[in-house]
Amino acid sequence: MSENEYLAREKMRALQQERLLNLVPRLYEKVAFYRKRMQEHRISPADIHSLNDITRLPFTTKDDMREVYPYGLLAVPLAEIEEIHTSSGTTGKVVVAAYTRNDLNIWGEVMGRTLAMGGVTEKDVVQNAYGYGLFTGGMGAHYGGQHIHATVIPISGGNTRRQLTFLQDFGSTALTCTPSYAIYLAEAAREAGLDPKSFSLKYGFFGAEPWSEGMRQEIERGLGIKAYDIYGLTEIIGPGVASECTEQNGMHVNEDHFYPEIINPDTGEALPDGEKGELVITTLSKTGTPLLRYRTRDITYLTRGTCPCGRTTVRMHRLFGRTDDMLIIRGVNVFPSQIEEVLLSFKMVEPHYQLIVDRKDSLDRLEVQVEMNEALFSDEVRNLEGIERRIESALASALLLHARVRLVEPKAIPRSEGKAVRIVDKRVL
Amino acid sequence: MAIDQVSVFIENREGRLAEVSRLLTAKGVNIRALSLADTADFGVLRLIVNDPASCAEALKGAGFVARTTEVIALGIEDQPGGLDAVLGFFAEHNVNVEYMYAFVEKTEGKAIVVFKTRDTAATEALAREKNIPILTGDMLAKL
Repeated sequence: MSENEYLAREKMRALQQERLLNLVPRLYEKVAFYRKRMQEHRISPADIHSLNDITRLPFTTKDDMREVYPYGLLAVPLAEIEEIHTSSGTTGKVVVAAYTRNDLNIWGEVMGRTLAMGGVTEKDVVQNAYGYGLFTGGMGAHYGGQHIHATVIPISGGNTRRQLTFLQDFGSTALTCTPSYAIYLAEAAREAGLDPKSFSLKYGFFGAEPWSEGMRQEIERGLGIKAYDIYGLTEIIGPGVASECTEQNGMHVNEDHFYPEIINPDTGEALPDGEKGELVITTLSKTGTPLLRYRTRDITYLTRGTCPCGRTTVRMHRLFGRTDDMLIIRGVNVFPSQIEEVLLSFKMVEPHYQLIVDRKDSLDRLEVQVEMNEALFSDEVRNLEGIERRIESALASALLLHARVRLVEPKAIPRSEGKAVRIVDKRVL
Repeated sequence: MAIDQVSVFIENREGRLAEVSRLLTAKGVNIRALSLADTADFGVLRLIVNDPASCAEALKGAGFVARTTEVIALGIEDQPGGLDAVLGFFAEHNVNVEYMYAFVEKTEGKAIVVFKTRDTAATEALAREKNIPILTGDMLAKL
């Protein structure tokens, strides 16, 4: 628990302003990318006098981050960086987040708040089933648990049998993983003849993929716990940007560190509280790779006012979707353009493809349908299967995700006049 | 002496095979032999027909992916061990049979088997050496 979660609005704004006025000159001085960007917008740090002036600053996009890969956004010498994470993406096109000691402390603090908001204390045992590695879920939840002195079990993702054994034997009280994996765990427990309600589990902190109230109810029923929605993204810090309190009515944004704005994604203009638009975040206190007005592409709205839990921080609604065509599959970000790039690296493949996403046994599945053509065709089935396997393995190394490739007849994929319908998302959330 | 086989890609969905047969009927194509190789998702229908070139064109015109492939049709003794003798001979000479299928009809008391191998010309030479009858497209069309 931090007093910053309970500040009066004017005190929060004063803190945010102080941090912004420190950030902007720092970025101008230390990061060539931002200096150039501000010059292009004919704005200098001297023009930023108050928090309200933030709307005069340029946005940062994911493409910007890719362009300056790998170290172009570092605001400190590399020697001061203690950890690096990247967001999933095509090889060589990942987005880099570099953390200083200061940033890791912030991460522990905000993820500590996330867990504490749901009720976790030093007496709890946190079974952290987010994947450890470049993905920020694992380390983020780990640092958060340690920050509030809970017992953290770094079991990482997968190995369901062991997850169930640990839930039974170690008396885990908190579970951190993707929501779809939580549902899968509940099913696996029942199949193994275990009653999840006999576990000591009390609450779970779920994020990294889209989910819904329906899934929340399924998880809460299936595991007999409170299921909390948490939000974050690698570019900003990883998980810990915002999370639900026990009211489960919107996610409290850790706005002392991450300043949120909602904009019209088409015009870039600011939208008032309560109106749906694209979430834009400025990292007020990070020192490794701080970002100005980062366009998350996530759609939500903000609500201000004191929450019944006592916190005064602004709340963001559960995500409504995205402004781009990014798919989140088993926690991995997938853009159709990445898949297209892989497909077209096969000379004989034509750009007629469709992505079918569905959910079986609570796990997302991606099928890539590719149209057959004369150049690809062979009268030998094993050659055709070989093509499917080769594309699958190229996709696996580019996306870090298994996608099933299926050859279909020509013209099987609907043609459209305008933008091709590339994605059929059959997931019922 | 190799003959042209028509191969067509067919998705595994209901009625798709029937659409091919309806199309071939409409075009007056007479199917002499066929084999269907399939997976869970798709199949490859292989046909020996009276006029392979126009059959392939008709299929392509209807939006199918089709092609002609060279295969070799051999007359095999229609008795136990007849096929085994040929396959044994091929194996001795390192002929790799990709796939094979048989005609329903016979010719001069021999069963007709279609072979697809890596090297059709070499297989033909071997068959000639062993005096295995090789059937031409004309012979098959007259069956």
